[in-house]
Amino acid sequence: MTEWKVICKVDDIPVLGARRVQRAKGVEVAVFRNAEDKVFALLDQCPHKRGPLSQGLVFGETVVCPLHNWHIGLVDGCAHAPDEGCTTRFAVRVENGNVALDVNELNTLAIEDATVAMVAN
Amino acid sequence: MSHKLKLVMVGNGMAGVRTLEELIKLTPDLYDITVFGSEPHPNYNRILLSPVLAGEQTLDEIILNPLDWYSDNHITLHTSWTVTEVDRVKRIVHATNAAGEVQSAAYDRLILATGSNPFMLPVPGRELEGVLAYRDIADTQAMIDAATQYKHAVVIGGGLLGLEAANGLMKRGMRVTVVHVGEWLMERQLDKVAGGLLQRSLEERGMQFRMGAHTQELQADKNGRVASVLFKDGSYVPAELVVMAVGIRPNTALAEKMHLHCERGIVVSDTLQTVTDPRIYAVGECAAHRGIAYGLVAPLFEQGKVLANHLAEFGIGRYTGSLTSTKLKVTGIDLFSAGDFMGSDDGSTEEIVLSDPHEGVYKKLVIRNDQLVGACLYGDTVDGSWYFKLLRDGRSVADIREKLMFGESNIGDVGHEGHSKAASMPDDAEVCGCNGVKKGAICKAIKDKGLFTLDEVRKHTKASASCGSCTGLVEQILMFTAGGDYSATPKKKAICGCTDHSHQEVRDAIRDQKLLTSDAVFQFLEWKSPTGCATCRPAINYYRMSSWPKEALDDPQSRLINERSHANIQKDGTYSVIPRMWGGETTADELRRIADVVDKYNIPTVKVTGGQRIDLLGVKKEDLVNVWKDIGMPCGHAYAKALRTVKTCVGSEWCRMGTQDSTQMGKDLEKAMWRMYAPHKVKFAVSGCPRNCAEAGIKDVGIIGVDSGWEMYIAGNGGIKTEVAEFFVKVKTSEEVMEYTGAFMQLYREEGWYLERTVHYVNRVGMDYVKKKILDDEAGRKALWARLQFALDGEPDPWFEFDKAQVDTRQFEAITV
Repeated sequence: MTEWKVICKVDDIPVLGARRVQRAKGVEVAVFRNAEDKVFALLDQCPHKRGPLSQGLVFGETVVCPLHNWHIGLVDGCAHAPDEGCTTRFAVRVENGNVALDVNELNTLAIEDATVAMVAN
Repeated sequence: MSHKLKLVMVGNGMAGVRTLEELIKLTPDLYDITVFGSEPHPNYNRILLSPVLAGEQTLDEIILNPLDWYSDNHITLHTSWTVTEVDRVKRIVHATNAAGEVQSAAYDRLILATGSNPFMLPVPGRELEGVLAYRDIADTQAMIDAATQYKHAVVIGGGLLGLEAANGLMKRGMRVTVVHVGEWLMERQLDKVAGGLLQRSLEERGMQFRMGAHTQELQADKNGRVASVLFKDGSYVPAELVVMAVGIRPNTALAEKMHLHCERGIVVSDTLQTVTDPRIYAVGECAAHRGIAYGLVAPLFEQGKVLANHLAEFGIGRYTGSLTSTKLKVTGIDLFSAGDFMGSDDGSTEEIVLSDPHEGVYKKLVIRNDQLVGACLYGDTVDGSWYFKLLRDGRSVADIREKLMFGESNIGDVGHEGHSKAASMPDDAEVCGCNGVKKGAICKAIKDKGLFTLDEVRKHTKASASCGSCTGLVEQILMFTAGGDYSATPKKKAICGCTDHSHQEVRDAIRDQKLLTSDAVFQFLEWKSPTGCATCRPAINYYRMSSWPKEALDDPQSRLINERSHANIQKDGTYSVIPRMWGGETTADELRRIADVVDKYNIPTVKVTGGQRIDLLGVKKEDLVNVWKDIGMPCGHAYAKALRTVKTCVGSEWCRMGTQDSTQMGKDLEKAMWRMYAPHKVKFAVSGCPRNCAEAGIKDVGIIGVDSGWEMYIAGNGGIKTEVAEFFVKVKTSEEVMEYTGAFMQLYREEGWYLERTVHYVNRVGMDYVKKKILDDEAGRKALWARLQFALDGEPDPWFEFDKAQVDTRQFEAITV
């Protein structure tokens, strides 16, 4: 059984922007909201050199890493070609304008972190 | 039952299939697509037939779209079927195959991509066995086969294709004679001198020539195979293989049969529609656009892009023609030509020539009205792409004229832009420092994936996709690797993939139509993506804000991170804070506050920047607001596309040499313009005397105090490629310094393209233009300065007036769970 935890309202996230979600342990989670009010959640770390994706520019279903311009798909967390590599994706549920994340994932996913598939140049 | 529109394409060549690729990218489901190709192969790279002939590549390696690609994209491909008839009333094409069978396909839209046919000299004997054209895989294979059995080859035609054929046959062991009717080789691409040099180096490799020779007849041996070529003067050369490479003709046979209007090709409009029947399009070598049938791949791909755009019903693309350049794909021979390299005899053009026959180097540049209009290079082609760029941009070369011949590396203090010799670079040399891309990786991608344009190389390898300083070099590598058919895309460059409009067009539309919101821009200009992308959004935001100050609303989500956060993101995701010290001057009180903040927030590094400011590095994002508050000084713009610093020396206040109060001048300038956003970062410097300790010579605006007033220099740049500022004007008072600086800044703000530095802006419009606007037009100058003051008046401080400056403070706080 998935246990959903409400972390904020959709309106707490800027349109075409992101918020950072601090966890008890591990790298923060970035929650994104696009122009169609779809909400996505990824580990706040680019698969390239760990840039904070929450600080990137959002368009369509893509966020652009602020450090080196990698384009990361919000749906799957994976870099667009020619870049390769993925960051961890978190399940999101939106209900009545509330954004909820999976407690189990918050407590476990990428907690050890640090070594998310670093892609060699 | 399919409700899709039916799209039929006649021809399976490079231009046509590229059109389908572009179309599928735009709209994968709009059409049921059927392709007829008369060759038995899938789409291959015709340009690389020469390397195949020369044994440098194999046929398999030059396939561009394997059969899987067609099936994956639900394209019905009929190879070895030739379309013989089209019923335009019933909209059906009929094709036949070698067995004489017939099949038909109905269409809603029809693309003719029938390419061109080689021209065969109408001489007796041209039908003999062993007489070939050089056009497709079958011809190439026949030549390769002939080389294994026969010794003597004659290539008729000393143009690009003929020489590549001759080179390939020679490499396969044949004795080759090139027969050329003209006075020198490649007369459409080279002048007499360069043609002569080329001939000499080919002769050194063993190629033989018959120049100015008219072929009378091809003579047969007793088996009916060609045996010799007989000339009009009665002489002859032995020939067991004759390759005709005297030119190509657009293949308009089918179009003519359909009663489509043809001149030198099927006449098409700017949307590639035939002028006769709007349902029917023509693309590639068979099409005549504004009287020109192109035979190079880049223009044809550009046509394909426009055609796909039209078929996808976007309807905004127009093809307006291309400039092309030439290179020969014969290993070890460097030649390049573009534009009007011959010049004219009527005195309207001037030529700059460098000729060193001993070293085999020859360069000719043709100039008309201070613009480079043609170039012909032999032996040293390193600067080919730079000349081509100058040619395309049409910028004035008056100011660099005396250095033009010596290439880009001699214009100012060059970084690595266009500087290295692409050809001689080892494969493991890094080309793109931003993305760590090596030359070998670029060459491999170009060959393996069949890339032809800079954009494609960027997409596949990332090279030149970030800061762009290696663009020239990447272009050179592209020219070397893709060979003769590389030519850059047309003059007009779209902002990004979301649109076909250029920066200028978007700017103009925002100003002329008063488009205040990004959505209005997207709608009016029919943007292809609903919310734009990371490239166009910041540009549009800037254009709106600079065109309509106080009316257009800032969109923080379209700002790059440094402007959105008003601090500079660093490699580990922390930020740096740079308190603004006006003119570089500070006080004990300020220093004390800064020191306290460093302690309180455990800021790891304190560094003095190149612009005389203290940089606090390693600030956590959640601390930014408190750091700013505790410091109590404006804390940024040091990272924005805005006025960053005004560097000063101590001037007359302290210096025993100083003639003017440069510190005060710097403070005044900085206070007047510190909230000024611009197309790119802007830096000023003010020196109190000509010793110029503030290094004003490489700033966007550099001011140097002299006894009688101030000298003003503009458009310098200490960036990747150092540009020395040019003398602009000398004025008497500091009020004038303020007015002239403000006017220049406002002109740049109103006319510069996003991410275009002042030096590039001034290069684009010309220094004379800037002088006319600011020095010669007093009313205009004052109006510009007034417009800047209007825009800046009441502009909030984003470090203390969050609401007014629309800073979304939620970005600084994390949500906790």
